[in-house]
Amino acid sequence: MLVPGKIQHIICTGNLCIKEVHDYLKTLCPDLHIARGEYDEETRYPETKTLTIGQFKLGLCHGHQVIPWGDLDSLAMLQRQLDVDILVTGHTHQFTAYKHEGGVVINPGSASGAFSSITYDVNPSFVLMDIDGLRVVVYVYELIDGEVKVDKIDFKKTTAAHSAH
Amino acid sequence: MILDGIGDEEKWLAEGIAGIQHHAFYMHRALDANNLRDALKYSALMLSELRTSRLSPHKYYDLYMRAFDELRKLEMFFKDESRHGVSIVDLYELVQHAGNILPRLYLLCTVGSVYIKSKEAPAKDVLKDLVEMCRAIQHPMRGLFLRSYLSQVSRDKLPDIGSEYEGDADTVMDAVDFVLQNFTEMNKLWVRMLYQGPGRVREKHEKERSELRDLVGKNLHVLSQIEGVELELYKDTVLPRVLEQVINCKDELAQYYLMDCIIQVFPDEYHLQTLETLLAAFPQLQPTVDIKTVLSQLMERLSNYAASSTDVLPEFLQVEAFSKLSSAIGRVIESQIDMPIVGSISLYVSLLTFTLRVHPDRLDYVDQVLGACVKKLSGTTKLEDNRAIKQVVALLSAPLEKYDDIVTALTLSNYPRVMDHLDNGTNKVMAVVIIQSIMKNNSCISTADKVEVLFELIKGLIKDLDCTSADELDEEDFGEEQNSVARLIHMLYNDDPEEMLKILCTVKKHIMSGGPKRLPFTVPPLILSALKLVRRLQGQDGEVVGEEMPATPKKIFQILNQTIEALSSVPSPELALRLYLECAEAANDCDLEPVAYEFFTQAFVLYEEEVADSKAQVTAIHLIIGTLQRMNVFGVENRDTLTHKATGYSAKLLKKPDQCRAVYACSHLFWVDDQDGVKDGERVLLCLKRALRIANAAQQMASVTRGSSGPVTLFVEILNKYLYFFEKGNPQITSAAIQGLVELIKTEMQSDSTNVSPAPDAFFSSTLRYIQFQKQKGGVMGEKYAPIKV
Repeated sequence: MLVPGKIQHIICTGNLCIKEVHDYLKTLCPDLHIARGEYDEETRYPETKTLTIGQFKLGLCHGHQVIPWGDLDSLAMLQRQLDVDILVTGHTHQFTAYKHEGGVVINPGSASGAFSSITYDVNPSFVLMDIDGLRVVVYVYELIDGEVKVDKIDFKKTTAAHSAH
Repeated sequence: MILDGIGDEEKWLAEGIAGIQHHAFYMHRALDANNLRDALKYSALMLSELRTSRLSPHKYYDLYMRAFDELRKLEMFFKDESRHGVSIVDLYELVQHAGNILPRLYLLCTVGSVYIKSKEAPAKDVLKDLVEMCRAIQHPMRGLFLRSYLSQVSRDKLPDIGSEYEGDADTVMDAVDFVLQNFTEMNKLWVRMLYQGPGRVREKHEKERSELRDLVGKNLHVLSQIEGVELELYKDTVLPRVLEQVINCKDELAQYYLMDCIIQVFPDEYHLQTLETLLAAFPQLQPTVDIKTVLSQLMERLSNYAASSTDVLPEFLQVEAFSKLSSAIGRVIESQIDMPIVGSISLYVSLLTFTLRVHPDRLDYVDQVLGACVKKLSGTTKLEDNRAIKQVVALLSAPLEKYDDIVTALTLSNYPRVMDHLDNGTNKVMAVVIIQSIMKNNSCISTADKVEVLFELIKGLIKDLDCTSADELDEEDFGEEQNSVARLIHMLYNDDPEEMLKILCTVKKHIMSGGPKRLPFTVPPLILSALKLVRRLQGQDGEVVGEEMPATPKKIFQILNQTIEALSSVPSPELALRLYLECAEAANDCDLEPVAYEFFTQAFVLYEEEVADSKAQVTAIHLIIGTLQRMNVFGVENRDTLTHKATGYSAKLLKKPDQCRAVYACSHLFWVDDQDGVKDGERVLLCLKRALRIANAAQQMASVTRGSSGPVTLFVEILNKYLYFFEKGNPQITSAAIQGLVELIKTEMQSDSTNVSPAPDAFFSSTLRYIQFQKQKGGVMGEKYAPIKV
């Protein structure tokens, strides 16, 4: 999977901290989207970012700005504000995915499983999204006790949900 | 002049070849006619061409090879008695009548070989006769080629074991004697070449001599091929006699070449069994001989031999190969005072390679080699010779590669002492190599003692070793180095909390000396590592167990506090602030209110005094609010103090929109959505109203300056917060207030229709859609939302 060219976009919620990580991600896929985490000194990363992939509009934010941290209702507000179908945030180092009023709120967790004062026993995890037309399949890879667990979440966008505006 | 010389040589060679061809022509005719008399006459004439002394070895070889080919035809003729009618014994006598000594001896060798083949006399006698007679030629080059010819024609006629020439009287010993004697004589001739000619052409002579070396070396090759030269014979006769000749010739070129030859042509097994004899020869060689190369070759061969099969390893132990090599190297280094340092170190590298291959389990040997190297280096402070530095790096890298495990290297007491001799730059490179090795092998360093040694090893990265000014450092390289140290800190782990705490203290001790540039890299991993330990200890109360148990969260928090304090004075206030907050949360989880309060106080002090950049303030305030919102350890009084402060900071941010957002975020400080969380609806409302006032002010400012769509967005954001608390059941947030806010935003948007930007519009639309969604949902929520009209 980590062969260059396999993945079309990388969406990263920040706290890369050092250039080497940025460079590494860049080798996997040159189309790299990063929001700024509180430990990032790189000021070029924006606080929030939106992008469109196929029929989906994606929003990206590290998440430390959204208080209470990791709170779904507060993240939903950000989702409305960015006007996106899929909101990707981080900060908690805990994988979560919710379907929320016609959209999805995803936290892919921490790929390195780094320490978090919010989450105990961080399991390293990341998420692969397969976007095809109006359908997105979210694959979650989680490392639990040395074994990789893969989960799948299916989400279909209803066009009606967006006809309002 | 030189060109002329070369031109002349070409001419002389051409003349020689023409001569050979001319006489060979007549010789052929004589052979065809079975005329022995003429055949002898013309072959002697032909061979006379080899009497020249005008040619260089290279050209002479050309001439020799032509004569050699012709002699094969003559040999065929000699073999066939029916063609010339003379018995081989008579023939052997007959050729001795040739007028000139050189042709005579060539002919004699040729007949001699036929003589042996005929078996009419014992091979041993004929060979002895020939090798003695060849003494008559004392001109080095002519002699060398003649003896080379003898060696060549007798090659397949040696009376070694299994050969048809092995008789009752002839033994392998005779074959060996013959070759050894020929070798000795050839070497003497070869060495004598040196003393010919004036000094100014000496270099040229040396080159020419060097071209002839293979003629001499060939004998050793023949010796190694003789069947029946078993270990015993090699040990008792062959090697001592060859070495005797090598040592006695006292010639630098010959000694180097022949020692190398011995090592290359004889089997490794023999070397191992005669190691003592072989090594004893080295100190007796001329002081200028490049012994280190030869010795290195020997060790390399032995290393490969050891690697070839595990069956041979006991042999190495049996002969104590390591100690023999080790002391031989010591003696060589001692005796060759002029050997440059790089030479000695490369010897140690070879010995170390040998040790790692042959005795991978003997760490004491490895350390011993390093120790010897330290001793050698002890006179110098820092190495300056680049090649020597390279060798030292090779020396230090070898154990890392071999053991795949840095822990092994950590037990080598001489390892850091060798490192001390590297210049600072290389020292750092080596330190990075060590860290990379740890990363690559995922080695876990698990005791404080090992951590101590390790940090001593990589001290080049940990602190400034000299007064190099910071400007000289490459920023990016420095960053990479420090990042690798940071990664290393994550690799230090022990399950036992006591030991883990010791490890952390050791790390702290070392990194605290790192200075302002390093701390921002090294402190965070230490803090996070310590917080992990705190989490493991969570729930244990140090005070109950008593002072006996030092690894308590409380104790760790003290250390953390000191560490972060150092970072804040660097100054790196923003980073320190974040770490204080992380610690505060950990203290909260440990139920340590005073500790958590202290961390917050520190964070606030930093915020007030050190965080000046407005953007940094925004991030900091979000982190403060975010963390504080999660704290449940505080009593009412402490909590009030902290929330009051945080709200105060929020309202004092520079930009109005930032102020507004921070203030509405503060509302969450008064409403924590879990069972026994704070639920102060009134103060939530106060925050939201305050946020509205700020949004209003922002809007007025924007209308003065124009062009900003921010304020409307702020209203929508606040509306969303109203909805949030409305849903959570805050009695202060009424549907009427929400209705009012919706109307307000609608009006604002209409009045500002000239300047509608799509973003707030979409935001508002989706918020309204959300309200609609909740209304239609029915149930409690639907009922709650019913009064709101959109």
